[in-house]
Amino acid sequence: MNRRRLVFCATSAALLATGPTFAAEPIKIGSFLSVTGPASFLGDPEKRTLELYVEKINAAGGVLGRKIELVIYDDGGDASNARTFATRLVESDKVVAVVGGTTTATSLAAIPVLEDARIPFISLAGGIEIVEPVKPFTFKTPHTDKMACEKIFDDVKKRGFSKVGMISSTAGFGASMRNQCLKVAPERGIQIVADERYAPGDTDTTPQLNKIKGSGAEVIVNADFGQGPAIVTRNVKQLGLEIPLYQSHGVASKSFIDLAGPAAEGVRLPAAAMLVAEQLPEGDPQKKVVLDYKTTYESTQKQPVSTFGGHAYDGLMLLVQAIQRAGSTDGVKVRDALRATKGFIGTGGVVNMSPTDHMGLDLSAFRMLEIRNGTWKLLY
Amino acid sequence: MASGTRTKLLVLGSLLLVSLLVPLLFPSPFHLRVAALVWINAVAALGLALLMGLAGQVSLGHAGFLGIGAYATALGPKHLGLDPLASMGLGLVAAGLLAFLVGRPILRLKGHYLAVATLGLGILVHLVLVSEVPITGGPDGIQVPRLELLGWRVAGPATWYGITGIVLLLAAWLALNLEDSSTGRALRALHDSEVAASVVGVDVARHKLVVFVIAAVYAALAGGLFALFNRFVTPDVAGFLRSIELVTMVVIGGMGSILGAVVGAALLTVLPQALTLFHEYEHAVLGLLIILFMVFLRQGIVPGIAGLLTRRRAA
Repeated sequence: MNRRRLVFCATSAALLATGPTFAAEPIKIGSFLSVTGPASFLGDPEKRTLELYVEKINAAGGVLGRKIELVIYDDGGDASNARTFATRLVESDKVVAVVGGTTTATSLAAIPVLEDARIPFISLAGGIEIVEPVKPFTFKTPHTDKMACEKIFDDVKKRGFSKVGMISSTAGFGASMRNQCLKVAPERGIQIVADERYAPGDTDTTPQLNKIKGSGAEVIVNADFGQGPAIVTRNVKQLGLEIPLYQSHGVASKSFIDLAGPAAEGVRLPAAAMLVAEQLPEGDPQKKVVLDYKTTYESTQKQPVSTFGGHAYDGLMLLVQAIQRAGSTDGVKVRDALRATKGFIGTGGVVNMSPTDHMGLDLSAFRMLEIRNGTWKLLY
Repeated sequence: MASGTRTKLLVLGSLLLVSLLVPLLFPSPFHLRVAALVWINAVAALGLALLMGLAGQVSLGHAGFLGIGAYATALGPKHLGLDPLASMGLGLVAAGLLAFLVGRPILRLKGHYLAVATLGLGILVHLVLVSEVPITGGPDGIQVPRLELLGWRVAGPATWYGITGIVLLLAAWLALNLEDSSTGRALRALHDSEVAASVVGVDVARHKLVVFVIAAVYAALAGGLFALFNRFVTPDVAGFLRSIELVTMVVIGGMGSILGAVVGAALLTVLPQALTLFHEYEHAVLGLLIILFMVFLRQGIVPGIAGLLTRRRAA
């Protein structure tokens, strides 16, 4: 932070020297992220992205003729810390808006503080309860698990099937996505004929898959991330099950293909456009944004891009454009401008906000991929 | 540490003085929130300091009791329709009972079996909180209803600063009285030599059990206060790291020292906030400070400084 202050001092000194008399006080944007701790694989790219793009925005002249000053705190994934840092951002740092909240828990813990202070907050966490019910000053950028379920079920219907066998992990993400899938299945004309579960450390899921086999399921949907999906995928092949297998956006990383090996061939999954940036057709509205972000991030950070950093990019850009449109940093005015966002193209999709929708993404945010020849193939 | 009436007054007086000075020096809601968290952590550390200092036993799963208090306060209103304060009372009873059931067989044994048993207990509590999603809300946490007392909506860091400060003073007063009671004397005797103590008729197991139950109830009280103050709890409150943090607070402050527990709690709660200045290096600096304290004030901050002062006076 000291270095950033120094940069700011240098630039403001330069401005003073050249004469113009406007008070270029910086716009303070706050953030609390889980840069360390169990969620650091999400928080670290988010932090790098915010710092990288604030620097770029300032180099290009800032917002409303003012520089952005970024204040980032590391909550270590702890919800109580997140709330303390949210209080600090409001009371001590006097930020005008907050882009942060790596996990659903840290976001939920901070929301009451930021709502009370009437400070716009753009969360980077997946949980649907962040924006449902809608809270006046709270927004979010990532898609939800519910949308992944809908995307899968729509594809299942498209292929002429309707009977789904669910298999999910009992832990965190798997359990949450399973609940969402069970909820939206009837709306999408899907019948869940089996609902099997396994514990996070399980190394074999053939008993559960055998039950699904006997249930008359036409497709299998697996909700989990990490090791579990690779085991399920291999077990499906070992049992010789010929029915299609769907994985969730939780496996959208190269390590899944490596873990599952040849068994992954033909597996379908919904994922963000970032994963297949190069394959997007020329006319795709997201192609330019996603490719730009990818090359900028990878060339400066020397590490592969992730969708999580993309969420932070979307949050920062949404906010900066809202401040620009509002022509002010007043909380209510920025909130109104954020709500009026239409046709914003981010890495996560095309965002159309409204007073009743503080996420603004539709199902086109997810792309349907299939694994072919050991790599992702964009279907649509 | 023989706590005569003078020591008692000194400890309570200095705590009262500090708790009155803080809002005058740091009136911002952010500072008061951190200070309230210090008082809450200090209540839990106090109980553990009694256990470690008086009974010579370590609890490596103390955050489990913290979690029981916090989640009782959160779940009572949601599932049983109880008042938050009544739910918190239930949590204290539950934590005490659990400590009694675990401690009764184990404290009959010599050695550090309690540390191992509580280690498992703490991890179990955390596991239940994480995996029983329909009941506890799982890893994403759960909202706690606002406390209302006779139509008064208890809200704001300043109010909670006052409440937690009063609770800490009461907890410290009780702890000082316990040290001064027959149980306290018996425990000091068995801390010096269990054999000698049992020869003169001290029921070693029973006295240890009393302190363990008290320590568990103190932790649950801290957990309940935390839930009501924060109005949101996640299974992190019962996490293993939180247990270690509590033990660290007691060791840094000075085992068996009431004031030491408060100083340790203050240090470990305030330092991470102060060290954000160091940005990427805050964890390294925190670790370094803890090592330095342990090297130069081996008995803990409060007993260490007290020792230095008396030595100087004698010289």
